[in-house]
Amino acid sequence: MVPLQWYIGLSAVIFIIGMAGFMIRRNIIIMLMSIELMLNSVNISLVAFSHYLQDLRGQILVFFIITVAAAEAAIGLAILVALFKNKAAVHTDEITEMKG
Amino acid sequence: MLPKLFFGYFAIVMISLSLVVITRRNPVHSVLWMLVLFFHIAGLYLFLNAEFIAAVQIILYAGAILVLFLFVIMMLNLKEEITAERFIGEWPIGVALAISILMLIFFSISKITAGPQGQHTIEAIKAETHTKAIGKVLYTEYLFPFEIASLILLIAIVGAIVLAKKRG
Repeated sequence: MVPLQWYIGLSAVIFIIGMAGFMIRRNIIIMLMSIELMLNSVNISLVAFSHYLQDLRGQILVFFIITVAAAEAAIGLAILVALFKNKAAVHTDEITEMKG
Repeated sequence: MLPKLFFGYFAIVMISLSLVVITRRNPVHSVLWMLVLFFHIAGLYLFLNAEFIAAVQIILYAGAILVLFLFVIMMLNLKEEITAERFIGEWPIGVALAISILMLIFFSISKITAGPQGQHTIEAIKAETHTKAIGKVLYTEYLFPFEIASLILLIAIVGAIVLAKKRG
């Protein structure tokens, strides 16, 4: 039997990799993919908790997270397309319109 | 012993794949590596006796969301991306911050105490089948959040169309 802590550790490592990717990359598409990575790592820990506590609520929460992730990807990519139409840039440090 | 080996394979492959995803220069390569990563996550769900979640993971993440990413990448110009700088100038600060938060999480993981056990044991789920058990909980106890989730999807549909259509 694999201990529960191992799953939480794996989930934490993937979450932190996603967070680092969000902070250090310049490309907006990769940043959105890092957000998906973080959401997936949380799903792993929720399914692990659900299995070890013998309760299905964690898996129900995974459904809602997948729903929100799909909505977030659709909206985020639509914003990206609109941004690219107005200003042909996918690099975050070239988008400085709101800088004071 | 065998489950630990299995978990070890999945953990090593998933961590290295996510590192590959955030460091590739070409976003198309990142998306394709992420596809492999999502299949591994689905395998881990099967390992945790969550068959329906594994199927949803493959259908929704690998089938829908990643295809959406690929479509958008195709619309954008990637010629300069191949030669452009990958990381922001302050990337060592980001990595240091991430590693320090990881240390913090690892210190707190050892203090976890499991909560009370629920009533959905493996035998109970096996007798009822996993999909039916999840459906029962979802449509009775979580009916209202389920309706709110449909509202979120409606907002996403309308919002994506409004944002992406031509000004006119």
